[in-house]
Amino acid sequence: MNKPIRTISLFCMLLFIALMANATYLQYWQADALNKDGRNRRIIQEAFSRERGPILVDGETVALSVKSDDAYKFQRTYPTPFRYAPVTGWFSYYSQTGIEQTQNDVLSGDDSRLFVTRLVDLVNGNNTKGGRVSLTLDPKAQKAAYDGLRALGEDVQGAVVAINPTTGQILANVSLPTYDPNVLASHDFASVSENYDRLNQDPAKPLLNRAIQTTLPPGSTFKLVTAAAAIESGNYDASSMVPAGATYQLPLTSGETGLVDNEGRSQCNPKRIPFEVAMEWSCNTTFAQLAIEVGAEAMQKQAEAFGFNEHYLDDLGPQAVSVYPTGTDKPQTGQTGFGQFEVRATPLQMAMVAAGIANGGTVMKPYLVDEVQSADLDILDKTTTTPLHDAVSPTTANELTKLMVATVNEGTADDARIDGIEVAGKTGTAQSGVPGKPPYAWFVSFAPADDPQVAVAVMIESVPGKDTSEIAGGALGGPIAKAVMEAVIR
Amino acid sequence: MSQAGMIMEFVHRRRRGAELFLLVLALAVGVGAYAAVGLGVDGEVPTDLITYGGWLAALVVIAHLVVRFVAPYADPVLLPVVAALNGLGLAVIYRLDLAEDTTFARQQLTWMSLGVALFVIALLVLRDHRVLQRFTYTSGLLAIILLLLPMVPGLGTEINGARIWIHLGPFSFQPGEIAKLLLVVTFAGYLVLHRDALALAGRRVLFVDLPRGRDLGPILLMWLVSLGILVFQTDLGSSLLFFGLFLIMLYVSTERAGWLVLGTGLFIGGALMAYRFEPHVRVRVDTWLHPFDYYSDAQGATSFQLVESMFGMGWGGLLGRGLGLGMPERIPRAESDFIMGALGEELGLTGVIAVILLYGLIVERALRASLICRDGFGKLVAVGLAGVVALQVFVVIGGVTRLIPLTGLTTPFLSYGGSSLVANWVLIALLLRISDYARRPAPTLSTEDDADQEATQVVKMA
Repeated sequence: MNKPIRTISLFCMLLFIALMANATYLQYWQADALNKDGRNRRIIQEAFSRERGPILVDGETVALSVKSDDAYKFQRTYPTPFRYAPVTGWFSYYSQTGIEQTQNDVLSGDDSRLFVTRLVDLVNGNNTKGGRVSLTLDPKAQKAAYDGLRALGEDVQGAVVAINPTTGQILANVSLPTYDPNVLASHDFASVSENYDRLNQDPAKPLLNRAIQTTLPPGSTFKLVTAAAAIESGNYDASSMVPAGATYQLPLTSGETGLVDNEGRSQCNPKRIPFEVAMEWSCNTTFAQLAIEVGAEAMQKQAEAFGFNEHYLDDLGPQAVSVYPTGTDKPQTGQTGFGQFEVRATPLQMAMVAAGIANGGTVMKPYLVDEVQSADLDILDKTTTTPLHDAVSPTTANELTKLMVATVNEGTADDARIDGIEVAGKTGTAQSGVPGKPPYAWFVSFAPADDPQVAVAVMIESVPGKDTSEIAGGALGGPIAKAVMEAVIR
Repeated sequence: MSQAGMIMEFVHRRRRGAELFLLVLALAVGVGAYAAVGLGVDGEVPTDLITYGGWLAALVVIAHLVVRFVAPYADPVLLPVVAALNGLGLAVIYRLDLAEDTTFARQQLTWMSLGVALFVIALLVLRDHRVLQRFTYTSGLLAIILLLLPMVPGLGTEINGARIWIHLGPFSFQPGEIAKLLLVVTFAGYLVLHRDALALAGRRVLFVDLPRGRDLGPILLMWLVSLGILVFQTDLGSSLLFFGLFLIMLYVSTERAGWLVLGTGLFIGGALMAYRFEPHVRVRVDTWLHPFDYYSDAQGATSFQLVESMFGMGWGGLLGRGLGLGMPERIPRAESDFIMGALGEELGLTGVIAVILLYGLIVERALRASLICRDGFGKLVAVGLAGVVALQVFVVIGGVTRLIPLTGLTTPFLSYGGSSLVANWVLIALLLRISDYARRPAPTLSTEDDADQEATQVVKMA
């Protein structure tokens, strides 16, 4: 009977090898995925018992852990909750968002760069402390943007983004309506879950960071991209004459639906007008014709060079991808020329268009995390600036700047004028495409025009109590952009 | 002495000193883990460490002394391995006690004492394992009665969907654990008598020797019994264990792979039928395939235990959180079926592999005893006991680590549970008895040739 016993031995060995291989798979290869699972209470419970690192904005603490005497050792608190909530996100028993989520490894102390610190803590018997995350935000710009947007009214929905054109650092990110992350970070889990449900079901969507997570038709602000494509084609510069007209019938169409007009701005009426005038008065007829002239492919290439149809923000998520439609026919291309049809952009994307023009045509990759430090203030990592794309040539950027400066000085964007500083800007008022729903107001700008330090995009999705005729990018967005630019420059 | 005699007469050493040394190591594991639990949870060594350690040491020393005197040639590795597993299990159960304010560890220590007592009695009473062959049919009958007991109304209770428990006053009892030992004896006794009929008659189909129709009786009966356990007691694990055990022993006794083919076919057929017609089997398979889809209360939480165990083991990683520093109390009933989850969380992959290897050692030692055993009955009993341990460990650890669908079986020597612990101590006693017999030098039989050649007559001393 010994031969079958040997066979059985082999069989048993296989069983045990399978057990060991599977345990290794579970505890080694699968462990990371299991530890990242949002339902894994062990990780969260442990994180609650650890001193989580602070989130800092120019030395000011916007999120920190303070000692608590309930079931957990530390309570996460947010001293300026509403203003910074879209960026910091919240840290709760159930989930994390914003920087709390993307920088979780550093803040909790699990990051591999904090390995030595953890080891030293272990040897000394200290509790592991999380690392510190410094953001690129400028508190003055953030405050100016928040106050400006709030001043529009109680229930305003909108967002403001400011970036440093030469580095890509995000200087301000405000989104309204906002929320108090403290109520979501509470240790009273029943009230957390209740508050979360309430906020999550609120039709105004306060949990959304509109600056990066909402895409809307950018309207006339998109004319900057069309102008960029036209100048890059070599046929135009800032002093050229461009086609215009009181109305323009899109190719292959007839009647009302294909008829582009300028909403009563008579400066656009002549057959040909100077490029500056077309930009100053935001002539739809001009940009529709320019878009068709350069063609769908060149328009798409230009939009993508500014960052459309692409994911580029790693520090905050999930980033909504701005869209320039592919394979448009001629009338559709014409409509995209003034930011309609299926063009959709986030406020961050429009700020990047302005920043790219400001930075001599090079769009920098936007980022929020400036520096990561250990609890003992040793610098672990400092983000280096990286170019995203060369969107236009420096000459084109220069010509576009001239057009934008003229728009502020002479045209629709005059609300953003700053005494003694040359400002470049562009307004936008985009059709919502929904009957009865007021248009969206946009404003993009950068300053100073000759040595840009800040590029801003303001997007106002809705202002309850104002009807359609009162919604205009310049009047609503201009003063906010101006305040943010002043906060950065002064 | 002749040349042939020299080769035949390889004498195993007793190695009792080695056993004692290994037992000291095993005690260090058990008592050290117990102390580590106290340090991890409360920051101080448990106050009863001395009495606890003393009690554990006393049990182990008694077991060792009995082996030394009544089974001196027994395998020296088995007892220390079992002592280490049992000590480790006690420490993990104690750790869960501290988290959940229960007293399972104390009860488990009582059960362990009873287990060691029965181990000692078994070794003392059973001086030759071949005696058991007389009880082939008696033990078979007893096993069937035991298996049927949970079905008796008022006596059997259903726990976690499996009807495998009986309650007698304050005691609850899992008769299946005892039945598995009785079944090994029954199968061995039956097969050693009928192996020739089962092995030789039959016809050859496609390179496989298939058995005769009339010989199919026992395997079909066993298949039906397994299916019955599965359907009426809804106990996936025991059903798999008994059928697999029978198949292994049938194959070893007849040396015919045809039985394996047939048995595996029957098993697959039975499993498919069970999946199709038995809702609880289907639930088990579904939660195995997609555990994360059944995790939350809204999803029925049928996989909550499994997923919590996986989270725990993942969190433990390579080295574990350290005894007392994890959250194994998150796994429901971690002290019984899911003790490997708790162990994997706090001792990590290292601890899990170590435990699996210890089980592997038990199986290896049992199979070795089977190989060198001189009688067919002993060979079959040893291989059967090895099969029981291997299958049970595979089914339960495989289930907890999501290698195979989860079934309710205890982890031998680790899990909390009296019947299981006692039965497994007796199992080890049987193995030691067989290995003692197998390793003992064969009594010198003088052959006629020798008698003629020897110049002087050999006088037998003592």
